[in-house]
Amino acid sequence: MKDQKTDMISSAARSKMNFRTMQRIYVFQIPTRAFHWINVLCVTSLSITGYLIADPPAILHSTEAYTLNWFGFNRYIHFVSGWVFTVNWAFRIIWGFFLGNRWEKWKNFIPTTKARWKEIKNVLLQDILLAENKQHVSIGHNALAGFTYFLLTSIIILLIFTGFGLYIGISDGWVVALLGWPSSWFGNEMFVRFLHHLLMWVILLFAMIHIYLVFFHDSVEGRGEISSIISGWKFIEEKIWRNYIGKGK
Amino acid sequence: MKYHPFGIVGDLNDKSQSIYEEMKQRGYSRRDFMKFAATMAAFIGLESSGIAQVARAMETKQRPPVIWMHFQECTCCSESFIRSSHPIVADILLDNISLNYTETLQAASGYQAEKSLHDTIKNSFGEYILLIEGSVPMANPGYCMIGGKSAEEILNEVAEGAKAIIAWGSCASNGCVQSAKPNPTKATPIHKIIKNKRIVRVPGCPPIGEVMAGVIVHLLTFERLPELDNQGRPKTFYSRRVHDTCYRRPNYDAGLFVESWDDEGARRGFCLYKMGCRGPVTYNACGITKWNNGTSFPIQSGHGCIGCSEANFWDSGPLYKHMSSFPGFGIESNADKVGLYAAGAATAGIVAHAIATNIRKNKILDSNVQNARDVESEDLDIQ
Repeated sequence: MKDQKTDMISSAARSKMNFRTMQRIYVFQIPTRAFHWINVLCVTSLSITGYLIADPPAILHSTEAYTLNWFGFNRYIHFVSGWVFTVNWAFRIIWGFFLGNRWEKWKNFIPTTKARWKEIKNVLLQDILLAENKQHVSIGHNALAGFTYFLLTSIIILLIFTGFGLYIGISDGWVVALLGWPSSWFGNEMFVRFLHHLLMWVILLFAMIHIYLVFFHDSVEGRGEISSIISGWKFIEEKIWRNYIGKGK
Repeated sequence: MKYHPFGIVGDLNDKSQSIYEEMKQRGYSRRDFMKFAATMAAFIGLESSGIAQVARAMETKQRPPVIWMHFQECTCCSESFIRSSHPIVADILLDNISLNYTETLQAASGYQAEKSLHDTIKNSFGEYILLIEGSVPMANPGYCMIGGKSAEEILNEVAEGAKAIIAWGSCASNGCVQSAKPNPTKATPIHKIIKNKRIVRVPGCPPIGEVMAGVIVHLLTFERLPELDNQGRPKTFYSRRVHDTCYRRPNYDAGLFVESWDDEGARRGFCLYKMGCRGPVTYNACGITKWNNGTSFPIQSGHGCIGCSEANFWDSGPLYKHMSSFPGFGIESNADKVGLYAAGAATAGIVAHAIATNIRKNKILDSNVQNARDVESEDLDIQ
């Protein structure tokens, strides 16, 4: 049956249509995908609870304060999410140093070679001027995305430090002390608070553009960009794959 | 009596008397003395056996000579100190710790005052306690000049032989209002000038009198600095936030906030967080020790904390708002406004980009579309 079908298509069309043969490649392993989605949940929860902490809604209640604890609970959710967020990122950073596969390692995120800078330029042209990108040879993240995630990681680290810098006053834990003390360089906690709040907006802006560009690249390139963070598999052109493994054209 | 209240007449080399002996001479009873020891032991956070340690130190140890310097300040630290709740605190610690030099309270002036200062430095080198009120103006040596010496020169001279240096108040600890932008006199806190010695910083505008007394009693009792945090503040008094020790805290956890100064929430004593109260970012003992003999503190009287014991509190945005303005975007811009505009701009950009992508779809998708199958539009012979 199968052979028959293939024959039918090939006889009619294959010679004419120049198929773009794709290789299915396992790019993102389960831990990386789990990290991504845990991070999505944490950022959502942290942004909502954090925004409420910064600007709580006006509620006038007829009962006494001891009957209510919604704001305390909101803070509690923020702290729990913050801990999960921190552990999650600590895991991802370690994973990127020692454990991940070739596309999850940190070297993918820092443009150290000329080829990577060239790809960054090409992806920028593709994203901004809608130019066709024939030089997109990365199999995992493209060079621009990787570099953006590297910058994002720096901001996340700053967010974690400022967050624990604000948490340090109500905890004696050594992890809190370790992550919280750099914030004392800022002199006072008012500035730490301001920075922590501002960085939330940076993350939200990143999330907006990130989600849009994933849709954009998925539809323009047809490599399964969106599904790769669900299934782990990406589709890469046979030609690029052969180049990558050094088997020529 | 050799002793003179402000210490310039007294014989500086006479160290035979302890503070307790001085107190007896001034007519305090043993009972008064023990009450004082108990009060101070409680303030500095000692266990009950600490009362005996304080009493013993006051009975046996010779009173140390003290130099109290004033630079750029308003003297509110001195005011706070001499009004600390226990009457003996002011008497003992101001009168009896042989205050050899203090510009504000000394009787002497001119040559005599300078002589007293230099005699103390010379005769008690390495022995005296240096208490500093005020920041040092670095912009012009003429500011705060005394006897032809600039404030910085005076400070360096007295700091060299000090056994311990305590920076009183926000001026000496952080620079306070005179170091707020643009800081025309280049007001500089003590720890940025004296770098070879550990400075005890007791910030606040002013610090609580009992806190100041507690720091001195700790020094006298144990002859070492109290435990300090990474900013040099005594942990006993500055390890907890005003917010975490505030009696209005249950209203915060309940989400009950004052929305304006005359609303129902303000009448019912709700949390002042939304009125810009700096309690959540301010480390001080106001919520516990309180002020004026434990009468009240700002939040109890219905006004938010302004964070006066935190560095740069004058430059951290309006006192009645939490969010400071965003640099470069005007006075009323805060991080939320800037963030919202940025998010709006990003949304507009995304929409425009998506439209442009769809207009140019055929060109962009060229290779992919041509190489892909759209079964409906193809004339394929599939059963």
